[in-house]
Amino acid sequence: MKTPNASSLQPLALAALAALALSCAAAQAADAVKVGLLSTLSGPGAGLGIDIRDGFQLAVKQGGGKLGGLPAEVVVADDQQSPDVARQTADRLIKRDKVDFMTGVVFSNVMLAVGAPTFASKTFYISANAGPSQYAGEQCNPYFFSASYQNDNLHEAVGKTVTDKGFKRVALLAPNYPAGKDALAGFKRFYKGEVVLESYTPLNQLDYGAEIAKMRAARPDAVYIFLPGGLGINFIKQFVGAGLSKDMTLFGPGFSADEDVIKAVGEPMLGMFNSSLWAHDLDNPANKKFVADFQKEYGRLPTLYAAQGYDAARLIDGAVRDVKGNLADKTAVRKALEAARFESVRGPFKFNTNHFPIQDYYLRVVTKDPQGRVTNRTLGTVFKNHADAYVGSCKMPAA
Amino acid sequence: MTGVLVLEQSLNGLQFGLMLFLLAAGLTLVFGIMDMINLAHGSLYMVGAYLIATAAAATDSFWIGLAAGVAGTALLGMLLEVTVLRRLYQRDHLSQVLGTFAILLMANEGVRMLWGAQPIALNPPASLAGPVELLPGFFYPAYRLLIIGVGLGVALLLYVLVTRTRLGMQVRAGASNREMALAMGTNVRRLFTAVFGLGAALCAVAGGMLGPLLAVQVGMGESILILAFVVIVIGGIGSIRGALFGALLVGVVDTAGRTLIPLAFGHWLGPEAASGAGPAVASMLIYLLMAGVLFWKPRGLFPAHG
Repeated sequence: MKTPNASSLQPLALAALAALALSCAAAQAADAVKVGLLSTLSGPGAGLGIDIRDGFQLAVKQGGGKLGGLPAEVVVADDQQSPDVARQTADRLIKRDKVDFMTGVVFSNVMLAVGAPTFASKTFYISANAGPSQYAGEQCNPYFFSASYQNDNLHEAVGKTVTDKGFKRVALLAPNYPAGKDALAGFKRFYKGEVVLESYTPLNQLDYGAEIAKMRAARPDAVYIFLPGGLGINFIKQFVGAGLSKDMTLFGPGFSADEDVIKAVGEPMLGMFNSSLWAHDLDNPANKKFVADFQKEYGRLPTLYAAQGYDAARLIDGAVRDVKGNLADKTAVRKALEAARFESVRGPFKFNTNHFPIQDYYLRVVTKDPQGRVTNRTLGTVFKNHADAYVGSCKMPAA
Repeated sequence: MTGVLVLEQSLNGLQFGLMLFLLAAGLTLVFGIMDMINLAHGSLYMVGAYLIATAAAATDSFWIGLAAGVAGTALLGMLLEVTVLRRLYQRDHLSQVLGTFAILLMANEGVRMLWGAQPIALNPPASLAGPVELLPGFFYPAYRLLIIGVGLGVALLLYVLVTRTRLGMQVRAGASNREMALAMGTNVRRLFTAVFGLGAALCAVAGGMLGPLLAVQVGMGESILILAFVVIVIGGIGSIRGALFGALLVGVVDTAGRTLIPLAFGHWLGPEAASGAGPAVASMLIYLLMAGVLFWKPRGLFPAHG
């Protein structure tokens, strides 16, 4: 720091000029890009947030610590799966840390709490998981981009698969909270047969003895569950232990049959069909590099959460590069994000007018791979270029 | 078909009730004899499950893991009693709640540091992973049968211990009149440590048996601890017999409620209302039961104190 000298004003004027020049340069290109990664890093849902974080950090690391050519600073924070905590922490990230982008939230009820303060401060939110229908429809927002999916999508894909495979009697099970009801609504949108049993359980219930007994009595030929994290782990173990897997085929969204669940359940998962927007065996160069690097870095197979975190980082990377680091021009940044110029690990990817993806959804099955690991194998594509059901009610303001 | 449903639900209720009993037995003894509210009881259940899962993975045997984990948790419980909890006996209940709540938080964070935030796997013995045919055409998970067997066995063992041994006599004396038991020369320090170790061992048995069925994860002790408190309030604080009856009652009512209430609501109100209100009312049922017991028998069904 130079102290101004009273006897000579010239150095002071020079310093002022220099400061002016510097601040102009800042308007041209930021000297760093700051990302607030607010995710669930504790409690039963921690595994999901950890994978999003690790996927995101991997992309930053691959770019030599940069996003779009600018040094990247990722501020990681825990939302404790609580909307209250999340909202306070989001305020801190936006106001004190002054982040340019927000990302990371796992659960939709948390997302709805974080959205309002983020959009009000004109900070871009890049979702690496939660895709609530509200933000896809009437409350769609220029500052919200989903690099994942819309909540209903994976369930729609299974609904279609179950119908295509000729199952006529299905039992449904989901937690008794908004996303659980949306999930079964999504499933039923594409399922044409009969629903013989529809059960909702408390979000913290871990013993499914009663529900399994009801399923045994209702005699469905297929069972569809939306039970994220630990809930799915328990249900599947108990379902197999009760001997129901012999008579009924089990289906779930990718969340209920990803590597985190497989790691905990093991062999009883074999043969479970599930839907996903990504799989670790998808054959494209970006995915091959991602899966190999992720395993090298963390010593485990990535989940779809990790893939979404990775893609969120790469979406930001592409947009920052597009605007040549000029993050102050919000309109330009928005246009660059909308263009989505990055190679997604899931293959073709583009944004719809509501900033939710139009993408393919795949059917996977849990099998043993040639190395003897229990893991997912992709069977085929259920939907090609699938959009969500809410885009019609979104009136996105023009850029 | 309905008969099968009722039979299966009764067995589920019995199985759940017996596991609650293992937790409630330790809790009611500690509460009844030492007049101590121990919120860290659920942490012993969690730590027990983690120790068993770790030992089972290391030795590749569920049974060795169970034995090692139960012994380890009993030792840990006694260590906890000698180092920390002993100092809380003379304090009021608020200090005890605060102190043991702190232990609960530290146990959760400690487990997270040691084992990570994600649930870890504890698989049942391979021979018990499938179902068994109890009646022609009626299959029931073998592992749940084992839980019922272990639960009944431990309950019987506890009965013999409490009614037929010197330690049991001291425990009963302590529960019904602590001051008098002290005056009669019971070695209270040793008794308390032993009771606490026993309670911890029972927690670990419950954790080890339920681990494969539920999940071995951070925070697993909290939800079941609340139920265990409900059980001892219903059964009568300090009474082992009350804990057994209370646990079976809560187990059966909870399981039956989850089947029957959505069914009944669906019958009267239609499926839409049933899917919303049914699960909510079913999960309230045991608290209604507790409120009813408190109203008509405020000291529980089998009060221990004279």
